[in-house]
Amino acid sequence: MSRSVWKGPFVDAYVLKKAEASRESGRNEVIKIWSRRSTILPQFVGLTFGVYNGHKHIPVNVSEDMIGQKFGEYSPTRTYYGHAADKKAKRK
Amino acid sequence: MARIAGVNIPTAKRVPIALTYITGIGPASAKSICESVGIDQARRVNELSDAEVLKIREHIDENFTVEGDLRRETQMNIKRLMDLGCYRGLRHRRNLPVRGQRTHTNARTRKGPARAIAGKKK
Repeated sequence: MSRSVWKGPFVDAYVLKKAEASRESGRNEVIKIWSRRSTILPQFVGLTFGVYNGHKHIPVNVSEDMIGQKFGEYSPTRTYYGHAADKKAKRK
Repeated sequence: MARIAGVNIPTAKRVPIALTYITGIGPASAKSICESVGIDQARRVNELSDAEVLKIREHIDENFTVEGDLRRETQMNIKRLMDLGCYRGLRHRRNLPVRGQRTHTNARTRKGPARAIAGKKK
């Protein structure tokens, strides 16, 4: 079920604060955030966030299409390089 | 032969059933089309007059995205997700289930027929 509209989008407060600070300073720095659960808001467009994936901060350049989705969607948490080829199968 | 929405030529079936042969029209929307055009649902396509077929065609053109247009639209939506680099896009790229289903077993619709893994059994 989707979230009730009357609540508005969920964003951790510190994300808003950091985004505003970086906007005012004008420099385009990577804003490190840990809040993967926060919604991407229209005022974040153009900023770069470093979204934590449990290991490091993945830089995410926010574009208009991303509005309404969560930061976590842009910072994959799993590494998977496929299965190694089996030694036995090679010998045959 | 009744041509509705381009290439579709439904048969001697009842109208709501015949309409579901068009991509993008299911049982529910087929029924609603019949109601708004004013065609009895027990009637068959070959009993319809040309005027009635025309009415249906116009109604679909106005209110539904159908066939090629619909397919293009869904493809564009998927492509958008893939270009965005978000999790759903990654899953589409790898042809794996997108909505959090398990992949340990099952997921055969997305993964295709099972491939034998060499040396899995003893």
